[in-house]
Amino acid sequence: MTKTIKKFLLSAFVIISSVFYVLFQRVGNGPNFSNNTGAGLATRNSISQNSSPMVSANANYKDGQYTGTSADAYYGNIQVKAVIQNGKITDVQFLDYPQDRRTSISINTNAMPILKQEAIQAQSANVDIVTGATDTSQAFQESLTSALNRAV
Amino acid sequence: MKETKIIMGMPITVEIRDKNVDAEIFRKVFSYFQHVDEKFSPFKDTSEVTLINEGKIGESERSEEMKEIFHLSEETKKITDGYFDVISPEGKYNPSGLVKGWAIYNAAKTIKEAGLENFFVDAGGDIEARGQYWKVGIRNPFKREENVKILYIKDMGVATSGTYIRGQHIYDSKNNKKTISEILSLTVIGPNIYEADRFATAAFAMGEKGIMFIEKLDGFEGYMIDKNGLGTETSGFEKYAKPIL
Repeated sequence: MTKTIKKFLLSAFVIISSVFYVLFQRVGNGPNFSNNTGAGLATRNSISQNSSPMVSANANYKDGQYTGTSADAYYGNIQVKAVIQNGKITDVQFLDYPQDRRTSISINTNAMPILKQEAIQAQSANVDIVTGATDTSQAFQESLTSALNRAV
Repeated sequence: MKETKIIMGMPITVEIRDKNVDAEIFRKVFSYFQHVDEKFSPFKDTSEVTLINEGKIGESERSEEMKEIFHLSEETKKITDGYFDVISPEGKYNPSGLVKGWAIYNAAKTIKEAGLENFFVDAGGDIEARGQYWKVGIRNPFKREENVKILYIKDMGVATSGTYIRGQHIYDSKNNKKTISEILSLTVIGPNIYEADRFATAAFAMGEKGIMFIEKLDGFEGYMIDKNGLGTETSGFEKYAKPIL
Protein backbone atom coordinates (compact mmCIF):
# COMPACT_ATOMS: atom_id res chain seq x y z
CA MET A 1 0.00 0.00 0.00
CA THR A 2 2.66 2.53 1.01
CA LYS A 3 4.60 1.43 -2.05
CA THR A 4 1.71 2.43 -4.31
CA ILE A 5 1.42 5.80 -2.60
CA LYS A 6 5.15 6.37 -2.97
CA LYS A 7 4.95 5.49 -6.65
CA PHE A 8 2.00 7.80 -7.10
CA LEU A 9 3.75 10.70 -5.36
CA LEU A 10 6.87 10.11 -7.37
CA SER A 11 5.08 10.11 -10.70
CA ALA A 12 3.03 13.17 -9.69
CA PHE A 13 6.28 14.93 -8.84
CA VAL A 14 7.79 13.96 -12.20
CA ILE A 15 4.73 15.20 -14.10
CA ILE A 16 4.58 18.50 -12.21
CA SER A 17 8.31 19.10 -12.67
CA SER A 18 8.01 18.37 -16.38
CA VAL A 19 5.18 20.84 -16.76
CA PHE A 20 7.16 23.51 -14.92
CA TYR A 21 10.20 22.72 -17.00
CA VAL A 22 8.25 23.09 -20.23
CA LEU A 23 6.67 26.34 -19.05
CA PHE A 24 10.04 27.66 -17.98
CA GLN A 25 11.53 26.74 -21.36
CA ARG A 26 8.73 28.55 -23.15
CA VAL A 27 9.09 31.70 -21.08
CA GLY A 28 12.84 31.79 -20.86
CA ASN A 29 14.09 30.47 -24.14
CA GLY A 30 11.75 31.68 -26.83
CA PRO A 31 13.71 32.48 -29.97
CA ASN A 32 14.48 36.15 -30.13
CA PHE A 33 15.69 38.02 -33.12
CA SER A 34 18.65 39.89 -31.83
CA ASN A 35 20.94 42.06 -33.83
CA ASN A 36 23.87 40.38 -32.17
CA THR A 37 25.65 43.19 -30.54
CA GLY A 38 28.73 42.14 -28.64
CA ALA A 39 30.54 38.90 -29.23
CA GLY A 40 27.65 37.22 -30.96
CA LEU A 41 28.26 33.95 -29.22
CA ALA A 42 26.33 34.62 -26.06
CA THR A 43 22.95 34.70 -27.73
CA ARG A 44 21.90 31.09 -27.48
CA ASN A 45 18.64 30.13 -29.14
CA SER A 46 18.56 33.35 -31.08
CA ILE A 47 18.62 33.74 -34.78
CA SER A 48 21.11 36.18 -36.20
CA GLN A 49 19.56 38.76 -38.42
CA ASN A 50 22.54 40.95 -39.08
CA SER A 51 22.16 41.28 -42.77
CA SER A 52 18.41 41.22 -43.04
CA PRO A 53 16.98 44.72 -43.09
CA MET A 54 13.41 43.44 -43.06
CA VAL A 55 13.05 41.69 -39.72
CA SER A 56 13.14 44.22 -36.92
CA ALA A 57 13.68 43.26 -33.30
CA ASN A 58 11.39 46.05 -32.14
CA ALA A 59 8.48 45.40 -34.45
CA ASN A 60 5.17 44.81 -32.77
CA TYR A 61 3.38 42.00 -34.52
CA LYS A 62 -0.24 41.00 -34.31
CA ASP A 63 -0.81 37.78 -32.38
CA GLY A 64 -1.45 34.69 -34.42
CA GLN A 65 0.31 32.14 -36.59
CA TYR A 66 1.70 33.19 -39.94
CA THR A 67 3.00 30.94 -42.65
CA GLY A 68 5.75 32.22 -44.91
CA THR A 69 6.14 31.52 -48.58
CA SER A 70 8.11 28.47 -49.62
CA ALA A 71 11.60 29.72 -50.52
CA ASP A 72 14.02 27.95 -52.79
CA ALA A 73 17.17 26.88 -50.91
CA TYR A 74 18.39 25.06 -54.01
CA TYR A 75 18.86 21.83 -52.05
CA GLY A 76 15.18 21.92 -51.38
CA ASN A 77 12.50 24.28 -50.12
CA ILE A 78 12.30 26.14 -46.85
CA GLN A 79 8.98 27.17 -45.41
CA VAL A 80 8.44 28.45 -41.90
CA LYS A 81 5.53 29.39 -39.68
CA ALA A 82 6.00 32.23 -37.18
CA VAL A 83 3.97 32.18 -33.96
CA ILE A 84 3.33 35.58 -32.44
CA GLN A 85 2.18 36.03 -28.83
CA ASN A 86 1.87 39.40 -27.11
CA GLY A 87 3.37 41.05 -30.15
CA LYS A 88 6.55 38.95 -30.03
CA ILE A 89 7.81 35.98 -31.97
CA THR A 90 7.53 33.02 -29.62
CA ASP A 91 8.19 30.20 -32.03
CA VAL A 92 9.36 29.50 -35.54
CA GLN A 93 8.29 26.14 -36.91
CA PHE A 94 9.56 24.40 -39.97
CA LEU A 95 6.89 23.23 -42.36
CA ASP A 96 9.49 22.25 -44.91
CA TYR A 97 13.26 22.15 -45.10
CA PRO A 98 15.72 20.29 -47.32
CA GLN A 99 16.09 16.70 -46.28
CA ASP A 100 17.30 14.19 -48.74
CA ARG A 101 19.32 11.99 -46.46
CA ARG A 102 18.72 8.87 -44.51
CA THR A 103 19.10 9.19 -40.79
CA SER A 104 20.45 5.83 -39.74
CA ILE A 105 24.13 5.14 -39.77
CA SER A 106 26.64 2.94 -38.09
CA ILE A 107 29.94 4.60 -37.43
CA ASN A 108 32.53 2.88 -35.35
CA THR A 109 33.30 5.37 -32.61
CA ASN A 110 35.75 3.11 -30.80
CA ALA A 111 39.35 4.17 -30.50
CA MET A 112 38.63 7.69 -31.67
CA PRO A 113 41.19 10.37 -30.99
CA ILE A 114 40.14 13.35 -28.89
CA LEU A 115 39.86 16.36 -31.13
CA LYS A 116 40.86 19.87 -30.15
CA GLN A 117 37.99 22.11 -29.15
CA GLU A 118 37.84 25.85 -28.56
CA ALA A 119 35.31 28.63 -28.32
CA ILE A 120 35.11 30.27 -31.72
CA GLN A 121 36.66 33.73 -31.93
CA ALA A 122 36.43 36.58 -34.39
CA GLN A 123 39.33 36.77 -36.82
CA SER A 124 40.43 39.28 -39.42
CA ALA A 125 37.87 40.22 -42.03
CA ASN A 126 40.65 40.61 -44.57
CA VAL A 127 40.18 37.50 -46.72
CA ASP A 128 39.85 36.64 -50.41
CA ILE A 129 36.87 34.31 -50.08
CA VAL A 130 34.44 33.23 -47.37
CA THR A 131 33.19 29.70 -46.88
CA GLY A 132 29.84 29.22 -45.17
CA ALA A 133 26.43 27.78 -45.67
CA THR A 134 24.52 30.68 -47.15
CA ASP A 135 21.77 29.04 -49.15
CA THR A 136 19.55 27.73 -46.44
CA SER A 137 19.76 30.81 -44.25
CA GLN A 138 18.82 33.09 -47.12
CA ALA A 139 15.80 30.97 -47.94
CA PHE A 140 14.97 30.84 -44.23
CA GLN A 141 15.03 34.63 -43.97
CA GLU A 142 12.99 34.95 -47.12
CA SER A 143 10.26 32.66 -45.81
CA LEU A 144 10.33 34.18 -42.32
CA THR A 145 10.21 37.73 -43.65
CA SER A 146 7.15 36.94 -45.72
CA ALA A 147 5.51 35.32 -42.67
CA LEU A 148 6.23 38.40 -40.55
CA ASN A 149 4.99 40.76 -43.21
CA ARG A 150 1.63 39.08 -42.78
CA ALA A 151 1.78 39.64 -39.03
CA VAL A 152 2.19 43.43 -39.19
CA MET B 1 39.66 39.99 -62.85
CA LYS B 2 36.73 39.07 -60.66
CA GLU B 3 33.07 38.60 -61.44
CA THR B 4 29.97 37.47 -59.52
CA LYS B 5 26.66 36.25 -60.88
CA ILE B 6 23.62 34.76 -59.19
CA ILE B 7 22.98 31.32 -60.65
CA MET B 8 21.29 28.28 -59.06
CA GLY B 9 19.93 30.66 -56.41
CA MET B 10 23.35 31.55 -55.06
CA PRO B 11 26.21 33.95 -55.78
CA ILE B 12 28.94 32.43 -57.92
CA THR B 13 32.25 34.30 -57.92
CA VAL B 14 35.25 33.67 -60.14
CA GLU B 15 38.52 35.50 -59.62
CA ILE B 16 41.50 35.00 -61.91
CA ARG B 17 44.79 36.78 -61.17
CA ASP B 18 46.81 35.69 -64.22
CA LYS B 19 47.99 38.45 -66.55
CA ASN B 20 46.72 36.64 -69.65
CA VAL B 21 43.12 36.54 -68.42
CA ASP B 22 40.30 37.84 -70.62
CA ALA B 23 36.53 38.27 -70.36
CA GLU B 24 35.87 35.24 -72.57
CA ILE B 25 36.76 32.71 -69.87
CA PHE B 26 34.28 34.33 -67.45
CA ARG B 27 31.54 34.13 -70.07
CA LYS B 28 32.38 30.48 -70.66
CA VAL B 29 32.38 29.55 -66.96
CA PHE B 30 29.14 31.35 -66.12
CA SER B 31 27.34 29.88 -69.13
CA TYR B 32 28.50 26.45 -67.96
CA PHE B 33 26.85 27.06 -64.56
CA GLN B 34 23.68 28.21 -66.36
CA HIS B 35 23.71 24.99 -68.35
CA VAL B 36 24.12 22.89 -65.19
CA ASP B 37 21.22 24.73 -63.57
CA GLU B 38 18.96 24.19 -66.60
CA LYS B 39 19.75 20.50 -66.59
CA PHE B 40 19.88 19.54 -62.91
CA SER B 41 17.57 21.93 -61.08
CA PRO B 42 14.64 20.09 -59.48
CA PHE B 43 12.84 23.46 -59.41
CA LYS B 44 12.69 23.94 -63.16
CA ASP B 45 9.83 22.32 -65.07
CA THR B 46 11.97 21.64 -68.11
CA SER B 47 15.13 20.30 -66.43
CA GLU B 48 16.24 16.76 -67.12
CA VAL B 49 15.93 15.98 -63.40
CA THR B 50 12.29 17.09 -63.41
CA LEU B 51 11.57 15.07 -66.55
CA ILE B 52 13.18 11.99 -64.98
CA ASN B 53 11.05 12.45 -61.84
CA GLU B 54 7.94 12.75 -64.01
CA GLY B 55 8.87 9.57 -65.82
CA LYS B 56 9.20 11.40 -69.14
CA ILE B 57 12.85 10.41 -69.58
CA GLY B 58 13.73 6.74 -69.20
CA GLU B 59 17.01 5.33 -67.94
CA SER B 60 18.40 4.72 -71.44
CA GLU B 61 17.49 8.25 -72.59
CA ARG B 62 19.54 10.05 -69.95
CA SER B 63 22.26 12.43 -71.11
CA GLU B 64 25.91 11.56 -70.57
CA GLU B 65 26.20 14.16 -67.81
CA MET B 66 23.15 12.73 -66.06
CA LYS B 67 24.57 9.20 -66.30
CA GLU B 68 27.80 10.45 -64.75
CA ILE B 69 25.93 12.11 -61.87
CA PHE B 70 23.86 8.96 -61.27
CA HIS B 71 27.04 6.94 -61.15
CA LEU B 72 28.75 9.39 -58.77
CA SER B 73 25.63 9.49 -56.58
CA GLU B 74 25.64 5.72 -56.19
CA GLU B 75 29.33 5.68 -55.33
CA THR B 76 28.97 8.55 -52.84
CA LYS B 77 26.04 6.86 -51.13
CA LYS B 78 28.14 3.75 -50.66
CA ILE B 79 31.20 5.43 -49.18
CA THR B 80 29.17 7.62 -46.81
CA ASP B 81 27.26 4.72 -45.22
CA GLY B 82 24.09 5.83 -46.98
CA TYR B 83 24.24 9.33 -45.52
CA PHE B 84 24.51 10.95 -48.88
CA ASP B 85 21.37 9.98 -50.69
CA VAL B 86 20.00 11.75 -53.74
CA ILE B 87 16.62 10.07 -53.41
CA SER B 88 14.24 12.02 -51.16
CA PRO B 89 11.86 10.30 -48.71
CA GLU B 90 9.14 10.87 -51.33
CA GLY B 91 11.19 8.89 -53.82
CA LYS B 92 12.13 11.91 -55.93
CA TYR B 93 15.55 12.17 -57.45
CA ASN B 94 17.41 15.32 -56.42
CA PRO B 95 21.13 15.30 -57.14
CA SER B 96 21.63 19.02 -56.26
CA GLY B 97 23.85 18.20 -53.30
CA LEU B 98 26.35 16.48 -55.53
CA VAL B 99 26.00 18.62 -58.63
CA LYS B 100 27.21 21.82 -56.98
CA GLY B 101 30.70 20.56 -56.08
CA TRP B 102 30.97 18.67 -59.34
CA ALA B 103 30.09 21.80 -61.35
CA ILE B 104 32.62 23.96 -59.46
CA TYR B 105 35.27 21.32 -60.10
CA ASN B 106 34.45 21.21 -63.82
CA ALA B 107 34.49 25.01 -64.02
CA ALA B 108 37.96 25.06 -62.46
CA LYS B 109 39.08 22.47 -64.99
CA THR B 110 37.84 24.69 -67.83
CA ILE B 111 39.79 27.67 -66.46
CA LYS B 112 42.93 25.58 -66.08
CA GLU B 113 42.60 24.27 -69.64
CA ALA B 114 42.47 27.88 -70.85
CA GLY B 115 46.05 28.19 -69.59
CA LEU B 116 45.26 30.04 -66.37
CA GLU B 117 46.89 29.16 -63.06
CA ASN B 118 45.92 31.48 -60.21
CA PHE B 119 42.21 31.52 -59.60
CA PHE B 120 39.31 30.48 -57.45
CA VAL B 121 35.73 29.50 -58.15
CA ASP B 122 33.28 30.09 -55.30
CA ALA B 123 29.66 28.95 -55.51
CA GLY B 124 27.63 29.81 -52.43
CA GLY B 125 30.61 29.47 -50.11
CA ASP B 126 32.02 26.28 -51.63
CA ILE B 127 35.43 26.92 -53.15
CA GLU B 128 38.06 25.51 -55.47
CA ALA B 129 41.29 27.51 -54.99
CA ARG B 130 44.21 27.08 -57.37
CA GLY B 131 47.75 28.27 -58.04
CA GLN B 132 48.58 30.79 -55.32
CA TYR B 133 47.59 30.66 -51.67
CA TRP B 134 44.15 32.14 -51.11
CA LYS B 135 42.89 33.43 -47.77
CA VAL B 136 39.62 31.72 -47.01
CA GLY B 137 37.56 32.82 -44.01
CA ILE B 138 35.19 30.44 -42.25
CA ARG B 139 32.03 32.42 -41.63
CA ASN B 140 30.73 32.74 -38.09
CA PRO B 141 27.34 31.01 -38.18
CA PHE B 142 26.20 33.33 -35.36
CA LYS B 143 27.32 36.50 -37.04
CA ARG B 144 27.43 36.51 -40.79
CA GLU B 145 29.92 39.31 -41.38
CA GLU B 146 32.51 37.75 -39.11
CA ASN B 147 35.13 35.05 -39.75
CA VAL B 148 36.14 32.59 -37.05
CA LYS B 149 39.09 31.00 -38.87
CA ILE B 150 41.38 32.09 -41.66
CA LEU B 151 42.57 29.29 -43.92
CA TYR B 152 45.44 29.41 -46.42
CA ILE B 153 44.40 27.25 -49.33
CA LYS B 154 46.14 26.30 -52.53
CA ASP B 155 45.15 23.60 -55.04
CA MET B 156 42.41 22.29 -52.80
CA GLY B 157 38.68 22.52 -52.25
CA VAL B 158 36.88 23.97 -49.23
CA ALA B 159 33.19 23.39 -48.59
CA THR B 160 30.91 24.23 -45.70
CA SER B 161 27.71 22.44 -44.99
CA GLY B 162 25.41 23.83 -42.38
CA THR B 163 22.54 25.82 -41.20
CA TYR B 164 22.12 29.03 -39.29
CA ILE B 165 19.00 27.67 -37.75
CA ARG B 166 19.25 26.48 -34.20
CA GLY B 167 17.55 26.04 -30.90
CA GLN B 168 15.25 23.42 -29.45
CA HIS B 169 12.19 25.36 -30.51
CA ILE B 170 12.92 24.68 -34.11
CA TYR B 171 11.94 21.19 -35.00
CA ASP B 172 11.24 18.98 -37.91
CA SER B 173 7.49 19.24 -38.51
CA LYS B 174 7.42 15.79 -40.07
CA ASN B 175 8.97 14.23 -37.01
CA ASN B 176 8.18 16.29 -33.92
CA LYS B 177 10.58 14.49 -31.65
CA LYS B 178 13.58 15.22 -33.80
CA THR B 179 15.17 18.62 -33.50
CA ILE B 180 17.38 19.97 -36.23
CA SER B 181 21.06 19.27 -35.79
CA GLU B 182 23.04 20.57 -32.85
CA ILE B 183 25.77 21.33 -35.35
CA LEU B 184 25.61 24.65 -37.13
CA SER B 185 28.40 24.34 -39.62
CA LEU B 186 30.96 21.85 -40.81
CA THR B 187 33.79 23.01 -43.04
CA VAL B 188 35.78 20.42 -44.96
CA ILE B 189 39.12 20.90 -46.74
CA GLY B 190 39.78 18.23 -49.35
CA PRO B 191 41.85 17.47 -52.45
CA ASN B 192 39.26 19.26 -54.59
CA ILE B 193 35.85 20.86 -54.19
CA TYR B 194 33.92 17.85 -55.48
CA GLU B 195 35.41 15.66 -52.74
CA ALA B 196 35.23 18.35 -50.04
CA ASP B 197 31.61 19.18 -50.83
CA ARG B 198 30.20 15.67 -50.91
CA PHE B 199 31.91 14.68 -47.66
CA ALA B 200 30.90 17.95 -45.98
CA THR B 201 27.27 17.28 -46.90
CA ALA B 202 27.36 13.67 -45.73
CA ALA B 203 29.28 14.42 -42.51
CA PHE B 204 26.95 17.30 -41.63
CA ALA B 205 23.99 14.94 -41.89
CA MET B 206 25.69 12.70 -39.32
CA GLY B 207 25.44 15.40 -36.65
CA GLU B 208 28.07 15.39 -33.92
CA LYS B 209 29.68 12.24 -35.30
CA GLY B 210 30.40 13.99 -38.59
CA ILE B 211 33.72 15.47 -37.54
CA MET B 212 34.97 11.98 -36.61
CA PHE B 213 33.98 10.77 -40.06
CA ILE B 214 36.19 13.51 -41.57
CA GLU B 215 38.97 12.70 -39.09
CA LYS B 216 39.06 9.15 -40.45
CA LEU B 217 39.24 10.24 -44.10
CA ASP B 218 42.73 10.42 -45.56
CA GLY B 219 43.54 13.77 -47.14
CA PHE B 220 40.64 15.63 -45.52
CA GLU B 221 40.46 18.03 -42.59
CA GLY B 222 37.46 19.62 -40.96
CA TYR B 223 36.19 22.28 -38.57
CA MET B 224 32.83 21.92 -36.88
CA ILE B 225 30.89 24.62 -35.02
CA ASP B 226 28.11 23.59 -32.65
CA LYS B 227 25.14 25.52 -31.31
CA ASN B 228 27.08 26.66 -28.24
CA GLY B 229 29.79 28.32 -30.30
CA LEU B 230 32.30 25.57 -29.70
CA GLY B 231 34.65 24.76 -32.58
CA THR B 232 36.08 21.25 -33.03
CA GLU B 233 38.92 20.61 -35.44
CA THR B 234 40.41 17.47 -36.93
CA SER B 235 43.99 16.64 -35.96
CA GLY B 236 45.58 17.99 -39.16
CA PHE B 237 43.40 21.07 -39.53
CA GLU B 238 45.77 23.53 -37.87
CA LYS B 239 48.30 23.43 -40.72
CA TYR B 240 45.80 25.20 -43.00
CA ALA B 241 45.12 27.89 -40.40
CA LYS B 242 48.73 29.11 -40.25
CA PRO B 243 49.78 32.11 -42.35
CA ILE B 244 51.94 31.23 -45.35
CA LEU B 245 54.73 33.75 -45.80
